Amino acid sequence: MKVSYFPGCTLKNKAKDLDRYTYRTAEVLGVALEEIEEWQCCGGVFSTAKDEIASKLSSVRALKAAYKKGQPLVTVCSGCHNVIKQTNYVMQNDRDFADKVNRYMAEEDAYNGETDVYNYLELLRDVIGFDKIKEKVVNPLTGKKIGAYYGCLLLRPSTVMKMDDPENPRIIEDLISALGAEPVVYANRNECCGGYIALEDPKSAEKRSLDIIRNAKANGAEMIITACPLCKYNLIKNGADIPVVYFTELLAEAFGVKEENDGE
Amino acid sequence: MQRIGVFVCWCGSNIAGTVDVKAVAEALKNEPGVVFSTDYQYMCSQAGQDLIKNAVKEHNLTGIVVCSCSPRMHEATFRKTASAAGLNPYMVEIANIREQCSWVHKEMPLGTQKAIILGKAAVAKVNLNTPLTPGESPVTKRALVIGGGIAGIQTALDIADAGFPVDIVEKKPTIGGKMAQLDKTFPTLDCAACILTPKMVDVAQNENIRIFSYSEVEAVKGFVGNFEVKIKKKARFVDETKCTGCGACIEKCPQKKVPNEFNLGMDTRRAIYIPFAQAVPKVATIDPDYCNMLKNGKCGVCTKFCAAGAIDYKQKDEMIEEKYGAIVVATGFEPISMDKFDEFAYSQSKDVITSLEFERLTNAAGPTAGKLLRPSDGKHPEKIVFVQCVGSRCSACAEKGKEYCSKICCMYTAKHAMLTRDKYPDTEVTVFYIDVRTPGKNFDEFQRRAVEEYGVNYIKGMVGKITPEGDKLKVRGSDLIANKQIKIDADLVVLAAAIEPDKSARPLATMLTASMDTNDFFTEAHPKLRPVESPTAGVFLSGTCQGPKDIPETVSQAGAAASKVIGLLQKDKLVGNPCVASSDQLMCNGCSSCERVCPYGAISYEDKDFPGPNRTTKTRRVAVVNPAVCQGCGACTVACPSGAMDLSGFKNTQIMAEVDAICK
Repeated sequence: MKVSYFPGCTLKNKAKDLDRYTYRTAEVLGVALEEIEEWQCCGGVFSTAKDEIASKLSSVRALKAAYKKGQPLVTVCSGCHNVIKQTNYVMQNDRDFADKVNRYMAEEDAYNGETDVYNYLELLRDVIGFDKIKEKVVNPLTGKKIGAYYGCLLLRPSTVMKMDDPENPRIIEDLISALGAEPVVYANRNECCGGYIALEDPKSAEKRSLDIIRNAKANGAEMIITACPLCKYNLIKNGADIPVVYFTELLAEAFGVKEENDGE
Repeated sequence: MQRIGVFVCWCGSNIAGTVDVKAVAEALKNEPGVVFSTDYQYMCSQAGQDLIKNAVKEHNLTGIVVCSCSPRMHEATFRKTASAAGLNPYMVEIANIREQCSWVHKEMPLGTQKAIILGKAAVAKVNLNTPLTPGESPVTKRALVIGGGIAGIQTALDIADAGFPVDIVEKKPTIGGKMAQLDKTFPTLDCAACILTPKMVDVAQNENIRIFSYSEVEAVKGFVGNFEVKIKKKARFVDETKCTGCGACIEKCPQKKVPNEFNLGMDTRRAIYIPFAQAVPKVATIDPDYCNMLKNGKCGVCTKFCAAGAIDYKQKDEMIEEKYGAIVVATGFEPISMDKFDEFAYSQSKDVITSLEFERLTNAAGPTAGKLLRPSDGKHPEKIVFVQCVGSRCSACAEKGKEYCSKICCMYTAKHAMLTRDKYPDTEVTVFYIDVRTPGKNFDEFQRRAVEEYGVNYIKGMVGKITPEGDKLKVRGSDLIANKQIKIDADLVVLAAAIEPDKSARPLATMLTASMDTNDFFTEAHPKLRPVESPTAGVFLSGTCQGPKDIPETVSQAGAAASKVIGLLQKDKLVGNPCVASSDQLMCNGCSSCERVCPYGAISYEDKDFPGPNRTTKTRRVAVVNPAVCQGCGACTVACPSGAMDLSGFKNTQIMAEVDAICK
């Protein structure tokens, strides 16, 4: 199975683990990730300004590239996924906006949100299936108590993201179970880590992050996994005293494709 | 040729303010068939009606056009007037020049022009009207009440007291409904059981009332006065006629781990059970999902201990067929599921409960014998947070909540808060609210008392997140008046869940061809003037199946529904509506288009012989309309591709004449 793949800037720099393990685990599952040629930054944050076109163009280009190949577009970073999925939604549902974008791009064929966008998690659940994942596990993570950390971008706005119940998600918990570990459910798993406010008001971000770590630990988590480079950054920076890793790393470990000297 | 009189009403300034009524009367004078035309200030007044009656006699009128308000308002009035003057009442036509004309236009010339056109259309129709005579049908003098909560109980008692037999169908093993689960009732704080159970006993003892408990309505046929209903009496594996309700079987039943639905799963019951001490009928029921004997044939303990020999593992579901003149829907409500509201951590902590669970926790017959203890560890909660409007007034989150106000939550939350502070003064009680809505006799005074006398801390604002941690529930909310974020480490959180119609209501509405709104509440025939009648004749509404209500309101509506039923049942014959559809069988090709669109199930098919050439006969399938069921909506006349369907009083020719008059 071949899919278009949008890694995003962070995955080529700070979050190389996320990228590397996505490739390796996809290979185990027989999924060929075809990186979009000359992809550009997703825009970083989805602008809710209705007349804001420029910041959304790079996402549209990525979506269109996948459409031309007739493939779904797979993302893995929560931030990129959020921007690209929301942009696709606007292209589907806002005629005026889509017309403007298409005229601006001045290419022959118009794009109107035809591409299916999956976060890698959704690909694992909806296309491959967690039962298939279970079959591929060679190092079951038995006995590990792992807290899923969703953050905000993966689930919200729920009418657009359509990944899971934003208040009671279970997609990562189900993945953890499939890998043989024990998911720890804790209330703050869908709270914000502080996000970009870490730049302007680090104290606030620290408070948010510590709230999450404390709550996860209080419910028995020995490790936190996430899909978001920014979440991981904030949690570690603000003093996480349990490991915080990408879900792809955990997946690689269970599949037996993680090497000892890996790491940034 | 008709001799038509035109009567233009001013309706004070309602019509005359934007319509030149004299000009309308003058213009219509020259229409074909019109022999008399006049205007008057209030045509519906006694003087106005006399004016019509005198004109009928004086000018020998055969038809009448009244240019006035909507026919929904006064058509019946003017039909009676015509009747009193010796005319057939169906020779009256109303031209609505108020709601559809003067009220929506601002300029006199435009309003006048439209009123004239509407008048012309009505005149064109009357020219083709024929006298109609309504048919009659008998009335079965027995009522069916679906649902045995306080609404159904009150309706049944009132109908029975008037001397008519009533059957109550209740899907649970006992009547009593939600009210039986409540502890105290606002605003007087009398105990729910103390006022409800005597009524339940009255129902049991009333010789006009039969209770079909643990039963469901399976099918409904027929029409007002003549419903035929199939009721499924589910097997309870206990012979109701023999069981004395002694409870010996329950004590001995070894299956002790069944979640007790009466206490909302907060404790357990046995596989054979009586829901609560005052149940009516006080008869045991075996739960087939848990009974070892029914599941794998190994047990039979209850048989050994039943002195009455009432246990019957072989009992089967039983079908009962009965005829009814009227049906009352009293299917009630359920609190919505908290699944989609996990920001309040309902699925994560046992100490986040709903208000109905709180009722059971404070009730002497509840899982804690009335002591307010945390479900998780049985400790006394020192800080309690109540969250109102969970899922109510939730327009931004329509996929998980309800847009409407559930109406009862402000009052029961004030009750819970007050009772907690009264019984446990050391407990700190906080209520988060969007608005406090307490209209009702002595309601606002009640809520004020919770604040002023009992020191309940009311905070305007919503809770955004509840984080269970250790043995605390970290509640984060906003105080909109102080404009700040609030954090409370609570021991117990009570969610005032929105209420929604019982799940059984939707399929029932389909069986009854009764209409529902988008929230699955039954719709009333008129929101103000016919609040307890469904638009489907003979179907009445009682209690929360029609919309959120508290107990006083439910009981008054239950009584009102009963009085409507009594009014219907005391008639020997029902006069039908003569404006019903009929099919011209020579033109009908039996295509079923009409049957498919008929919302009342009034159309059926029969095979009929028609003469063919050379003395042969040919059998064809043709549509037949049951005039007693037909409500005259006209959907079939539009659907019929061959023009065989026609509606008396609104014949295709009449409608076309109206259109022609308008387009002329």
